[in-house]
Amino acid sequence: MSMLEIKNLHVTVGGKEILKGIDLDIRAGEVHAIMGPNGSGKSTLSYVLAGRDGYVVTEGSVRFKGKDLLEMSVDERAAAGIFLAFQYPLEIPGVTTMTFLKTALNAQRKARGEEELDAVRFLKLVREKSKPLNVSDEMLKRSLNVGYSGGEKKRAEVLQMSLLEPALAVLDETDSGLDIDALKTVAEGVNALRSPERAMVVITHYQRLLDYIVPDVVHVLSRGRIVKTGGKDLALELEKSGYAEYGADAA
Amino acid sequence: MAAVKETVETVGEIEKYKYGFFTDIESEKAPIGLTEDTVRFISAKKDEPEWLLKWRLAAFRRWQTMTEPTWAKVTYPPIDFQDAYYYSAPKQTAKLDSLDQVDPKLLETYEKLGIPLTEQKMLAGVAVDAVFDSVSVVTTFKEKLAEAGVIFCPMSEAVRNHPELVKKYLGSVVPTSDNFYATLNSAVFSEGSFVYIPEGVRCPMELSTYFRINEKQTGQFERTLIIADKGSYVSYLEGCTAPQRDENQLHAAVVELIAHDDAEIKYSTVQNWFPGDEEGKGGVYNFVTKRGDCRGANSKISWTQVETGSAITWKYPSCILRGDNSRGEFYSIAISNGRQQVDSGTKMIHLGRNTTSRIISKGISAGRSSNTYRGLVSVHRKAENVRNFTQCDSLLIGDRCSAHTVPYIETKNPTAILEHEATTSKISDDQLFYCMQRGIGEEEAVALIVNGFCRDVLQQLPMEFAVEAQKLVGISLEGSVG
Repeated sequence: MSMLEIKNLHVTVGGKEILKGIDLDIRAGEVHAIMGPNGSGKSTLSYVLAGRDGYVVTEGSVRFKGKDLLEMSVDERAAAGIFLAFQYPLEIPGVTTMTFLKTALNAQRKARGEEELDAVRFLKLVREKSKPLNVSDEMLKRSLNVGYSGGEKKRAEVLQMSLLEPALAVLDETDSGLDIDALKTVAEGVNALRSPERAMVVITHYQRLLDYIVPDVVHVLSRGRIVKTGGKDLALELEKSGYAEYGADAA
Repeated sequence: MAAVKETVETVGEIEKYKYGFFTDIESEKAPIGLTEDTVRFISAKKDEPEWLLKWRLAAFRRWQTMTEPTWAKVTYPPIDFQDAYYYSAPKQTAKLDSLDQVDPKLLETYEKLGIPLTEQKMLAGVAVDAVFDSVSVVTTFKEKLAEAGVIFCPMSEAVRNHPELVKKYLGSVVPTSDNFYATLNSAVFSEGSFVYIPEGVRCPMELSTYFRINEKQTGQFERTLIIADKGSYVSYLEGCTAPQRDENQLHAAVVELIAHDDAEIKYSTVQNWFPGDEEGKGGVYNFVTKRGDCRGANSKISWTQVETGSAITWKYPSCILRGDNSRGEFYSIAISNGRQQVDSGTKMIHLGRNTTSRIISKGISAGRSSNTYRGLVSVHRKAENVRNFTQCDSLLIGDRCSAHTVPYIETKNPTAILEHEATTSKISDDQLFYCMQRGIGEEEAVALIVNGFCRDVLQQLPMEFAVEAQKLVGISLEGSVG
């Protein structure tokens, strides 16, 4: 059964149509890469899945684990298992990363009717999840994303993902602003989360990230439509030829 | 003598019971309006000495010549001071038998604040059953304070038992002629707290008005006087975080703090009076004068306030830094929602040498509210080497509220170093979306972001208070988004 089923999805932003009929079928355990030039609608797709205001679905449907995703609020989607790793994670001054993580985890657990974690159990869990990502206690005590380097921000995103254990993770340009070492750490963190129960959508402009997070399926998005779908080799082809043949301006 | 009088009164009350409980309340009220007779009535009710009656009358005569201040950025219909009762204590709201009889909305709020059940009962005016050992708690507490030589009692008791102290200090920081509302308070104040910490004593516990809830309820004109003698220390917590559904419109309290050489007073407030309904109807007008006098060298006074309630807040807890090397601090969180209007801040008056002050103000406006910081830093001619640091941050939620910052700086001494920083920001849709994408509901997300914004100030509150204050931040911003 499909975990995520997108049919003929049309989306407008500020009255302008950005997505013009997307069809996508993602099963549990699969990793899909969505590639495409700037302005092709990659980020729009991620925001629509997360339920952001201002992204208006004019046609089509999105079903997640058999339910109508478009009916759900942003936080309901999160509790149902959708996680978006942001291209530009937001700063929350005065709220420590630790507090933020605990608030988020317990909010989701509560929404799902599960018991909230107390401070001791939570701390143990965070430590366990932080270690492989090189996230120090000191970093957890700082305000979320405030003064973090590009690499720290992305590691914090993966830590959140690891802690929240989503069914579907959408990674929006996770490679942007990362040097090669940071990229490797982040990719390792993401790979560790690959599992038969979890699906991932990796949105990227460049093939580079896909050397480390190897996808099962690659889609090319251009001008609001998926114009080609293939295996992981498609990404390599694109690296060579660029997006020009897909009708996009040279990126 | 007092005991005899009490017996007489009790008998008198039993007599009245045949007319029912509520007529009894009537009889405890002074006639409507404010005249010299009202002042005399209050003084007589409290069995006060002649000097205090004279003090009150002088204030009343002064008050008659004064006009209400209009400089604050608040608007409200004119108050008819003759259409109010100035003495109705003790407020004998009918004792209820169980929590079932209490307004469910009130209980819901208690629940969210995590107030224990027995405490809930006390706050809501439910007769507390015999199982609850509040009496023994209070007794142990009083014994411990007495051992240390600390005096902590209602103002009227202090007038009776420690007249020399009251006479010496009352009005010495906020004189009877100070301002319209303080002068009114001086004429008609009915209750309040009195604290005296003897020389060299570190008060063994946080003093809290909570301990007095089961005693007489305080009136709308409270008068608090705290004296920290040489080398002593006290931390005083005012107010409980439970909302008071109070019909009384006007609250005009006065708080005076005196710190002698090397003494320190820490005064924390959580104010959560009824803010009025969504349309701005009802709610408390809070016109308060709070001032601390760092009278001795090396003394320190620190105000921390969390203001979330009241329809109108007019409040400027201040420090007079008289002693050399004395220090004043003001940490404030002021949250306004709905139609609330807040005009609050502080005054740091530097008179002594090497005096320092620090002001951290966090204003949060939501709904259609207006939130103004108004602060004065004044350095007098002889005050050498003064340092002040001021930080005023405003946070806006939504697009119908407003935030204003009105700092005044006056310096007559060139050695002063004064710093002022101010920021205004908005909770961005991006931040909210980010939090919600992690599964945090919208209102919880706002509360989280606001608590982060206030963190510097929340950290100044005593631990237990800080937890309640954090929850209160969330509750007072309910309905501010969406």
